[in-house]
Amino acid sequence: MAEIAIKGVAKRFGGFTALHQVDLTIADQEFMVLLGASGCGKTTLLRIVAGLETPSQGEVWIGGRRVDHLPPRERGIAMVFQNYAVFPHLTVFENIAFGLRMKKLPQADVERRVTRTAELMHIEQLLKRYSGQLSGGQRQRVAVARALAMEPDVILMDEPLSNLDALLRLEMRAELKGVLAASKTTTIYVTHDQVEAMSLADRIAVMHQGRIVQAASPVEVYRNPAARFVGSFIGNPPMNFIPATKAANGDWTVAGLTLPGPKSDKQRIEFAIRPEDVDAGSEGLHATVRVIEPLGPHTLVTCDVEGGLFRAILDSSASVQVGDRLRLAPKPDRIRWFDPETTNAL
Amino acid sequence: MSAVTQAPAAATADARKAGDWLLIATAILLCAWVLLPIYLLIVNALSSPDEVTAFPKHFFPSFDLGSLSFFINFAGVARALWNSVLVATLTMILAIGFGAPAGYALSRFDFPGKESFRFLVLMTRAFPLPLLALPLAVMFIRTGLDDTAIGLALVHTTLALPFAVLITFSLFSGIPVELEEAAWTLGCTRWHAFRKVVLPLALPGIAASAVFAFTISWNEVFAAAVLTIENRTLTAFLLQSLGESPLYLKFAGGAALVVPALIFIFAVRKYLFAMWGIANR
Repeated sequence: MAEIAIKGVAKRFGGFTALHQVDLTIADQEFMVLLGASGCGKTTLLRIVAGLETPSQGEVWIGGRRVDHLPPRERGIAMVFQNYAVFPHLTVFENIAFGLRMKKLPQADVERRVTRTAELMHIEQLLKRYSGQLSGGQRQRVAVARALAMEPDVILMDEPLSNLDALLRLEMRAELKGVLAASKTTTIYVTHDQVEAMSLADRIAVMHQGRIVQAASPVEVYRNPAARFVGSFIGNPPMNFIPATKAANGDWTVAGLTLPGPKSDKQRIEFAIRPEDVDAGSEGLHATVRVIEPLGPHTLVTCDVEGGLFRAILDSSASVQVGDRLRLAPKPDRIRWFDPETTNAL
Repeated sequence: MSAVTQAPAAATADARKAGDWLLIATAILLCAWVLLPIYLLIVNALSSPDEVTAFPKHFFPSFDLGSLSFFINFAGVARALWNSVLVATLTMILAIGFGAPAGYALSRFDFPGKESFRFLVLMTRAFPLPLLALPLAVMFIRTGLDDTAIGLALVHTTLALPFAVLITFSLFSGIPVELEEAAWTLGCTRWHAFRKVVLPLALPGIAASAVFAFTISWNEVFAAAVLTIENRTLTAFLLQSLGESPLYLKFAGGAALVVPALIFIFAVRKYLFAMWGIANR
């Protein structure tokens, strides 16, 4: 049982605040992905949980034990680094055995656990090699095997796939998910790749400027962004935003269209819709087509709506041409509204 | 079409050939530059006194050990040789013992005044030894360090230390900090991680910088001449005794100085090359 609780953790580097009062609880055996652009504090947060960085304030609890004052070796964690950090002077076998030897396990146990994790990661034929003789993908497998061999309560991964090429990344992603689910560890996984986050996570914590903006399931994060940032960061292409003005209580004018929305005292809010949640038809938002990008299954159409850019994903059989005037009808249940001042969802 | 494409191909082949010849010629020149003096030194040391001044020279020496054995049996040489080895070894131990931790600290920790510290380490080389020799000699006599191996080794250490610090600094900086962090997460204390991960990777470079410290001490003559009287090192001894000696004895003395340094470097040469795929940056 290893629930991770991060309570009010903040981190300042000199005058720069990397993390503001972060609170996050990760359930036992949960796969939590920290997602955000570079510099958002996700790696700092992971390193604080690992014990490689000390928080300026706040507490870190792992498995009901406060660990923020403990060195990494006493936290029951294992970590996989972005650049693999496979020890170049040791064979693959000794790399995987490294932590077990530090625990002073008997030789028979070490061999059994190394062999088993090596088989799990499909590197049993590489055990006698050195890191210099391995490809990037193989080194990554060694790094994961080394972490798994520790049989830790918690595995921390810092962008483990970002140095691999696209095809290998896809393969490793699926494999990691299977292996980690079977190992029954709690996982924190840092990435800037939203597809990776979506495909791996039980829950995604979206981070922005040192804060966790939303922590929810991948579908929830995608469908119901808690803040404008989440909608604009997740999804490719991202959400469309159009300013809305109050028409009546609960009705809002969006690019000449009146739509039912939230009841609010505010005069101006923001209307948001995902590109795939509009239908081209005889009514809806007035849009002038600027760019057409056929993507195979769909066609991505970039239009002008009320002087702003608006992206729509239409069926690839739709025959549109640059300069066409379209009517794009948003699906009513997919419309989201944001407060432009707090940027939070309404 | 093919003729057109062949012409540039032939031209690049010619250029490559010329480049190869240039490389070989440069290599031969550099080898000759280094090896010729050593060759002449050894040939003359191994020749009989008459042959040293004779012309033309034989390519192979006569292996007459007359000058060498005379030199070795020359009163005080054996003792001076021993002193040199002792002082150089002490210098090596002190320079690495102080230099390597300083290099590690510089590469791994941020502390106030880090840049000035690095600068000051280099600044120690800015004071000419002749300027310091007299005050040092006076201080050494007062503290009883004069004419001792450890006293001279301390002076040589100050000469070798900047290099030891800066070489090990760049050496440790070349070892990714993630390797250490990985070791910490795998159950190591900082010391364990250093011993099991950083040290094996740094050893070739540390050996290289140790050899460097050794040779700095082995070749140093000024401080040795000023600060020792009875316990002269070989350089100081040769300076004192061989100035007036015949040419063949000078050659024998020179060989006695150069050959041990060569052998020592040869013995640790494998540490001087990059091992395990990481270069000694």
